Amino acid sequence: MMPAASPARLQEFTLEVATAVVQEFKDQPGALISALHKLQETFGYVDEAAMPMLGKLFNVSRAEVHGVTSFYHDFRRSKPGRYTIRVCQAEACQAMGSEALTASIKQQLGCDFHETTADGNFTLEKVYCLGNCACSPNVMVDKQTYGRVTADSFKKLTTVLAGKVSSSKEGSK
Amino acid sequence: MTTRIYIPRETTASSLGAELLVDAIITEAKYRNLPIEIVRNGSRGACFLEPLVEVETAAGRIGYGPVQIEDIAELFDADFLGGGKHKLALGNVENLPWFKHQQRLTFARCGLIAATSVEEYKKLGGFTGLQNALKKDGKAIVQEVLESGLRGRGGAAFPTGIKWRTVMDANAAQKYIVCNADEGDSGTFSDRMIMEGDPLSLIEGMTIAGIAVGATKGFVYLRSEYPLTQTILNEAIVNARAAGYLGNNVLGSGKAFEMEVRMGAGAYICGEETSLLESLEGKRGQIRFKPPLPALKGLFGQPTVVNNVISLATIPVILEKGGKHYANFGRGRSLGTMPFQLGGNIKHGGLVETAFGLTLRQLIEDFGGGTATGKPVRAVQVGGPLGAYFPDSLLDTVCDYEEFAKVGGMLGHGGVVVFDTSVNMAKMARFSMEFCSNESCGKCTPCRIGSVRGVETIDKIVAAKDGKERDKQHIILKDLCETMESASLCAMGGLTPMPVMSAVKHFKGDFQ
Repeated sequence: MMPAASPARLQEFTLEVATAVVQEFKDQPGALISALHKLQETFGYVDEAAMPMLGKLFNVSRAEVHGVTSFYHDFRRSKPGRYTIRVCQAEACQAMGSEALTASIKQQLGCDFHETTADGNFTLEKVYCLGNCACSPNVMVDKQTYGRVTADSFKKLTTVLAGKVSSSKEGSK
Repeated sequence: MTTRIYIPRETTASSLGAELLVDAIITEAKYRNLPIEIVRNGSRGACFLEPLVEVETAAGRIGYGPVQIEDIAELFDADFLGGGKHKLALGNVENLPWFKHQQRLTFARCGLIAATSVEEYKKLGGFTGLQNALKKDGKAIVQEVLESGLRGRGGAAFPTGIKWRTVMDANAAQKYIVCNADEGDSGTFSDRMIMEGDPLSLIEGMTIAGIAVGATKGFVYLRSEYPLTQTILNEAIVNARAAGYLGNNVLGSGKAFEMEVRMGAGAYICGEETSLLESLEGKRGQIRFKPPLPALKGLFGQPTVVNNVISLATIPVILEKGGKHYANFGRGRSLGTMPFQLGGNIKHGGLVETAFGLTLRQLIEDFGGGTATGKPVRAVQVGGPLGAYFPDSLLDTVCDYEEFAKVGGMLGHGGVVVFDTSVNMAKMARFSMEFCSNESCGKCTPCRIGSVRGVETIDKIVAAKDGKERDKQHIILKDLCETMESASLCAMGGLTPMPVMSAVKHFKGDFQ
């Protein structure tokens, strides 16, 4: 059995909410990346419309905000699926068959890296090292790492997670 | 009597179901009307035993592992609260050969105590180093670190004391301590383990560094792939502050030190110290020209100590027991202990802290028990994605900085990734180049373009129709690697040739 959290509750993007959530970073020197993390945590991605506001807040140009956002792999520019799945591609996981696991995951989900499944449940990303290299191969779902993942255990996990999506939808009705 | 049960709150244990065990054990104990107290320790480092549950009994701490949720009822039936016999019972884990043959200085407390508890930390010698440091002036603290022989554990192995002295001697109104916790190398997890298992040692080490060089503010730059680490480290900072170990008046000394955790955003290059500083300033993680050294012009242009997590977390024991004590371990110019991390295709993976001086084979065979798949070891990469691949014939190399350099490798951050006979080394060499092209910051041409050309050239070697064509491409690859090595601005482009050329050298047959 594996731990399985409910999908993160993401808000619909509005500039008002975006402006409000990043105010705590206003007086922290160099906190643009922290602000971008906050936006992504709140909305699931960094909306283009937030960039001029961030520029003003940190006294940098829009171009610089864009430059920073695009430099880092973490920051998304569009809304992700309900869960983000990261499959480790680094050497230690390769030594334990991550290549075959990745192929199976892509086939199970019916999507490639940087894509979202048709039902909107899962976005698939790659990651280089989750720091759990003695228990490879590793997969991360949102903030939870899973070690020694097999094609079968992945299947079971996504089934449980999909169930969580259904029940959270029920709950919000 | 209430029984104390230790269940790690740590990424490896959690990745194998530890959080589920917590609930299951509480429920089962309640059902059986047995009073228990759950302690959330870190991992002791034996990843192959995780989730490792330990029970405090009259006969000492008895371990059970790896425990799965299905085992819980059975464990209670076997009276595991009293240390009862069960197929998962390990006895006192410190008596297992895996632990017995380690020499733990940096990780002495890791896994033993409730990770964020100041009280438990103090009981095992915690904050003694800081108290000793507060009785000394900066020069004397730096002298202690110099005497310890400690070299940067992040990979570059630069003497920590010399770095500190440079910052101490610099004149500035504001100086900084920056902890590099962007542990991006595949096969490494010692930073994460200490931050999750004994975070107060890092906090203490940074505070001592601040007091030594006259810095009042510290930043931990933590990679975003470590969300649990973030939570635990922040808890520990809150606890340290509440107990007077951080703030405007550290332990009533009149000296100030504060710190905060800042998250990275998935860029491998930010483990390079100048990229990291750019990132901390809220910019693209592009590397800076050196000089000026960060020690003189670092974060926000101020003198800055940039040290790896393990270097900083080792400072408390040096100040507690003395630099000379630490220097008693190790050999030659590699003094003290090194937390090696055994990963990849390995039977008994995890963290092994020993004095420098064991051979790679001893680590892999004696501690690691060989491969997980049971096939022979074919290649071992040491030092992360920029480290060399070693064939079996080099496994008797002694693990110290100089011995590794002699055979064309590097110890780096101490990550050891094992591959069995199924590995194709041309593929691994190609991956090294591809990784470099993905993660290059783009500032210098040899790294940015060279890595792309490297991928193409390896593809051409593998696809070559005949030996003549293949040899021609090998010459191009060698030439390209030499250019990258000597003309790149930082270690990313400069060291990518190391895994590539070592694969060519030792496994040339795979390149066809």
